[in-house]
Order: sequence, then C-alpha cells, then structure tokens
Amino acid sequence: MSNEREKFLLEPERYEFTSGPMHHFELARREFFKLLGAGIAVFAIAKNAQAQETAPSRGFHPQELPQEISAWLHIGEDGTVTAFSGKAEMGQNIRTSMAQNVADELRVPFESVRMVMGDTALTPFDAGTFGSRTTPTMTPQLRRVASAARDLLVEVAAKEWNVAPERLKAANAKVTDPASGRSLTYAALARGKTLAQNLPAEDPVTPPPDWTIAGKPVPKVDARDFVTGRHQYTPDLRPDGMLYGKILRPPSFGAALVVYDDRAAKSLPGVVIVRDGNFVGAAAPTEREARNALSAIRAQWKEDPPKTSSREIFSYLKNNADPKVDDRHRTQRGSVEDALTGAAHRLDAAYTVAYIAHAPLEPRAAVAEWREGKLTVWTGSQRPFGVRGELADIFHIPESNVRVIIPDTGSAYGGKHTGDAAIEAARLARAAGRPVKVVWTREEEFTWAYFRPAGVIEVRSAINSDGKLVAWDFHNYHSGSSGIETPYAVPNARTEYHAVPLVLRSGSYRGLAATANHFARETHMDALAHAAKMDPLEFRMKNLDDARLRAVLEAAAKKFAWPRATKEGQGFGIAAGNEKGSYVATCAEIAVDKNSGAVRVVHLVTAFECGAIVNPDGLRNQVVGANIQGLGGALFEAIEFENGRITNPRFSRYRVPRFRDVPEIEAVLLDRKDIAPAGAGETPIMAVAPAIGNAIFNATGTRLNALPLVSNGLKKI
Amino acid sequence: MGDTMPKAIEIEVNGKRYPVQYDPETPLLYVLRDELGLTGSKYGCGEGQCGACTVLIGGAPRRSCQIPVSAAVGKPVTTVEGLEKDGRLHPVQQAFLDAGAFQCAYCTTGMIMSSVGLLQSNTNPSSAEIVQFLQGNICRCGTHPRIVEAVHQAAQAMQERGR
Repeated sequence: MSNEREKFLLEPERYEFTSGPMHHFELARREFFKLLGAGIAVFAIAKNAQAQETAPSRGFHPQELPQEISAWLHIGEDGTVTAFSGKAEMGQNIRTSMAQNVADELRVPFESVRMVMGDTALTPFDAGTFGSRTTPTMTPQLRRVASAARDLLVEVAAKEWNVAPERLKAANAKVTDPASGRSLTYAALARGKTLAQNLPAEDPVTPPPDWTIAGKPVPKVDARDFVTGRHQYTPDLRPDGMLYGKILRPPSFGAALVVYDDRAAKSLPGVVIVRDGNFVGAAAPTEREARNALSAIRAQWKEDPPKTSSREIFSYLKNNADPKVDDRHRTQRGSVEDALTGAAHRLDAAYTVAYIAHAPLEPRAAVAEWREGKLTVWTGSQRPFGVRGELADIFHIPESNVRVIIPDTGSAYGGKHTGDAAIEAARLARAAGRPVKVVWTREEEFTWAYFRPAGVIEVRSAINSDGKLVAWDFHNYHSGSSGIETPYAVPNARTEYHAVPLVLRSGSYRGLAATANHFARETHMDALAHAAKMDPLEFRMKNLDDARLRAVLEAAAKKFAWPRATKEGQGFGIAAGNEKGSYVATCAEIAVDKNSGAVRVVHLVTAFECGAIVNPDGLRNQVVGANIQGLGGALFEAIEFENGRITNPRFSRYRVPRFRDVPEIEAVLLDRKDIAPAGAGETPIMAVAPAIGNAIFNATGTRLNALPLVSNGLKKI
Repeated sequence: MGDTMPKAIEIEVNGKRYPVQYDPETPLLYVLRDELGLTGSKYGCGEGQCGACTVLIGGAPRRSCQIPVSAAVGKPVTTVEGLEKDGRLHPVQQAFLDAGAFQCAYCTTGMIMSSVGLLQSNTNPSSAEIVQFLQGNICRCGTHPRIVEAVHQAAQAMQERGR
C-alpha cells in the first residue's frame, strides 16, 4: 500500500477495495496435456477481458495458457472431466458444489468430474476464498467454460459426421444426432486429440430451474477419505528427508531480540538454527529435537507492548480513532440532527464487541521445499496466490519460482488469509536444504494468528409516534464496515466507520464486521420496538421495504411460531439482516436460571436465502454450522490480553461451543431459483448474537450491549 | 536438554507390533504420526481439550497427546486406521459418512474414535449420553447435531449386526 498509515488500518476489508494482481501462468500448454493426458481442453475467456483484447498476439500462444481466464477444464480420453479453480476447500463443501455445476452444465455424471483446486501452478488466478465469493463467481465461470466445452464437443462430432452442429444434442456424456440415432461419447470424441480451444465464455448457461445435478443434495466428494483418516491435511504431509521446524516466539507483541546466543543449540546433532532479524527458528529430525534446540538458545527481548489491555480496550479505541473519516467509509442522507431533535422517541446506545479468535481445529501449518532456487509450499490457506506473492516478496524471487498448493484444509473461517507458517517453513527449509514442516501449536495459533477485531458501535436514533424510523446515526469504531448500512427504510441516516490503528493483529473472520454491526443494529431495533411498545417483528416489518429480507423474517417467524407468550425464565428474540447478496433471520429461545444466572440457548430457527441453492445438504451444514459457531462469539468467546500477551491462549481458557452448548437448531432454506446463487459461508452467523441478546431482554428485562453477552452467566437479575 | 535418552520400546498399534526409539515421555500422538505415519489422529490442542487425537488404548478412548508412549506399552492401541476391516468401514465410520457429519472434517477421526469408545461401553446411548460423552471433542464447523445423529445410526447398525 502506498499510504503509510494504511498499513496500520484494518486488514479485513482490504480485499473489497483491491483487484487481483497481474496473472502469471507457469503451466505451458504442452505441460498441461503431459499432466492430464490427451483429450480436449477448454479455456474460457471472460467477456470483459475479451473486449480489452486489442492485438491478436495477446490471444492464445501455443506454449502458454491465456491470461484473462477464470476457469478451464479438460476432458480426458476416458471421459474424465477435470475442472480447475483457484479456490480452496476448507469445509465449506465447494469441491462438491463446484463439481455439481460443471457436471450439470457439461451434461456428464457427477462422478466423472474431478476438481483441481488451490494450486498456483495448475489453477487460474484467484484472489482468495473469502467474502462468500466462491458460489456467486465460480458458478457462472465454471458453467461458461463447461458450456463452451459442450459446444466444442458438439462441433467435433458435427465435423466427424459432416452434419450441422445445430441438429446435435449433448446429454449423458454423449453427443447424439437425433435424426440418425448416431451418438459418440465425450470420451470417444476426446480420444487421440490434444485439442486446446480458447473460447469466449458467454451466457446463457442453464438456468437454475433446469438444473439436474446442481440443486440436489449430492454428498461430499472424497468423504470416505475423511472418515478413514486417509485425507492428508498439511500437518499430515511428510516428504522424504523432511525436518520439523519450530519458531522461537517473543514474550509479547512488538518485542525485539536484543541478546542472542545460539552456540549451545548449534552444537546439537542434526539441528539447523536460523536467525534473521527477530526471526529465530530451528529445524531438526524430530519435533522434540527442534523444541530442545530452541530451549538451548539464549535470547533476551526488549518488550514494547500495546498500551492497552482487554479491560480498557473500548475506551482506548474510542480515544484513538482517526478524527478524519475516509469518504468511502461514510454515507449520509437527509438531516440526522434535525430528525433526532424533533422526534417522538429518541434512543441512543453504545455497543461493544470483544476480540475473538478463529481457532480453526487445524492450526496454521506449512511444508516448504526448495529445489534449484524454486520453492514449493503446501499450506492451509484461503489465498494460494496471495501466499505465493508474500513468499516471492520475502525471498526476492519471481512468483514464477514459487508454487503454493492448498491441501483441503481443516477450516479457516477467515483466519487463514496470510502465509505466516508458509514463510516460516520456507525460511527454515532454505537454510536446511531439506523440506521443513512447521505446525503451529494451539497456543501459537491463539497468540500469533490474527483476530476478529474488537469494536465500539454508537447508535443514535429516533422514531415517530406511529413507530416509523425517522433518524439513524451509526458509528463503528475499529471493528469494520461490512454490513454497516441499515436495510431499514429511514429518511435521515448517517453511517461512519472510524478507523483506529491496530492494537492486536486483526483481520477477517466469518461475517467480519457484519456480525458486530448486526449485533448493534438488531439489538437497537429491538430496544426501539420496546420503546414504541410494538412487537419486535411487527416493528421491523413496519420499517422494512426489502422483499427478500421480509421473506426470511416471515419464514423464520412462521417456523418459530412467533409471537408466543413466554413462561418464567424463558425469552424469545428475533434478528435479521442481509450481506453479500444473501438474507438471514434468526429466532432464538433462551432459558435463564434465576438462581445461577446461567443462560442456555434452547432453540434457534434460522431462515436463510441465497438465491438458487446449488447443494441443499452442504448449505444446511453451513447454516447450522454458522449458527453454532455464532453461539461462541455471542455468549462467551473473548480474547484477553495484557502487557502484549494473550492471557487465555488455550481451549481450557478460551471457551468455544461444545456439544452441551448446542440447542435444537432448525434451518429454513428458501430456494429462489429465479435469483443467481450467492455465497452462504458467512451471513447465517450474523443474526445469532442479537437474536439471543434480544431473547435475554425478553426474559429478564436486562439489555446486554456487549459481546460476549454472558461469559460468566447473567448477573443482576 | 536433560532429556532421557531414547530407548527401544515396543508398542502394539492396530494389531501390529512396532519397536520405537523414543523418549518414553513423548506423547503417543507424536509417535503415531511422526514415527508410524499414522496421521489419522490429529493434533488440535496438545492439552487434551479438543479430542482430535483420540485413540483407543486397551479399548478405552484416550487423548493420545496426553499419554506418554511408555504408558501404551503392553496395551493394544487402535487408531482410526485400524477400524476398517477388509475394505469395509466400521459402522461408526459408515454412519458419519451416511449422515454427512463433517465439514472440514479435521475433528472427524477423533469424533469417530470417541464414538467407537462410547458404543463399546453403552450400546444404545441416549442423545444426552452422546452429548455428555463427546463434550471433550471440539468441532469448530458446528456439525454437532449430525454427529449425534451419526452415533445414533451407528448404535442401531451395530445392534442390528449383533443380532
């Protein structure tokens, strides 16, 4: 980034403002066929890229893959279809849903499609697997390339039979001539060919109502490898001659190494020690030896911790906000100040959200190997091409000398955008001259990864006497601007995101700031409903024009049988929102133990709509999963820190949802076949916290404005 | 430093005996993964809190990150790799597969081993008993309801098979 200050602003939103870098393809056409065997390869160029293509020389060069390509696929001589995407599988089930789209559009059985994903040497450039972008971008892209391939197969058959292609049909992995009854399988058409075509990727593709393989609950591909333990995640890889790497961590954030003596460590057999600035690491034939080597190093650090702790963080954020709000983080309409003064009810409140950790069960890990100046890294990351760029920068080598491969990964939730473990493993491997594996410990994961940022949100608002919103003033300090705009109809509104220099390393998290902003907004809407003496659902509907948002609210309310009378210690809450092209509403039932103050979530109903559903089974897993993960941030998750140290960096001290915390959950999936599919990884988490908080208010009359809501049970009831 | 010198010990894993040269205090998990190449058991936390490393020792589910390799001497160890018999999945594996009870699946092998352990001592557990037994296994993707369902299905399948 050019602006020095930008570096200290929040990482998480950065991808929303940057486009991808220039492309580099290492895989020559010849290599492509060598890898996959003979057959037919189709590369689809995006329409806008084609328009930019001025000189014919920029077209398909025989030794290179074209540059402006978003997807490609190969049909082998045995009929196997291999489709390529730079996206990474981390449990969101896109390996399956993308293959469904390819099979559907190409008219082949699902089982014949194999996805090659997240490999910078083989797959098209991709900015990363985040922002719920896989389904909305890859569905049309893969379908366009599959549809182009289908057209090509028809053409090949037409030539073979010397008939017009228009009279031929493609279905069931065959091209058929209905007039003569002749047919040729795709396999037969691909046999003996090394035909590579660069085709314009054009609409239309098969619309959702006509899908036959997509739209169905196809089980996860390779599922058997996961129940047998055969699937190899990055920490499971063991290339020949591999060493185990460990990193010497500073005692606190911002510490600098001032005294260093590694003579004793270096004398240990088989051990490689690297010191490079503040980086100190060891590689050894076993993990134990690497750890022992680190303990043999004498190191002293000069500490310079952040000047705040988790106890004072919220006032710190308020006091250290940038006084100038960037224009792209501000929207305004009408006159908020005038509307606030003249209204029937005025309600102002402040909300806070704590730092939380992703805690993916597979910790950050990487295996790095150097060969003749070229670096190959296997790592669990959401950004294979981003990590490639980081490695190229750090080691001062061209990106074409770096290959990053992402084995299907043990989850990320927005937490694996950076290449930390990859860089560490590569640095040690370069010194060792052998492959090195670095697997972060859980404590490293809780300390040296990045967090979902803490934030303060201030809301000022007003309604008129019949319960219509007239003023809405919404300020987010530090946690981010995703989902900051209210979906409710209000004539006078202002939203601002106030940047604060980072305190702890912060970044993306499932739903990102949308979770914080929805918590504040939907809690505030509930309080306004109470002020207006209206039912919370009725109040929302009165102020809501968006038909899709109304539809999920209605669907959740119907399933939950809202409104219902409560019994003692029981509370019901509702919340809703939209983000990244999808819509969610959650109803929560909670129970409060009057004596202990313990809050138990009893029942969640979440209605979700993301356009046409590609795989209802995978979607259900994502929606239920997001609800359960959301329980943690809603009820008890919070990173604690002091003097630059995380003070609860373990599962025994950082509580995540477990089996006993899981309520009955019902997911109501609305399938809108008339709307292009949107992503579903994030939005279903957003309404959980405010729905629960509103239910607690309903049960107790206590309004909780801070996430987590009840880390130690509810006090003062 | 000051480590005990590695000495040869023998452990039995999935019916096979392995001599291993390891510091006897080394957690069994590292021996399984790094020495025997049995990577189905996962590292998740190193403090026995997440259950991803669960194996059966003498038939009982144990967190292999907390068990020194020396404690496994003389007791048969079963890892997830030892469940499949002649290409046939264990009923618990099959039930997880049928119920689609995983997303990223990093916790899955530990969940399966804990569930196998549960069903050995309680052939027909209630939902509450399953929840109680799996409380020490973390799933971050939030697949808990399907995991409970899978254990029920496995219990049923095992009872039918036993009949």
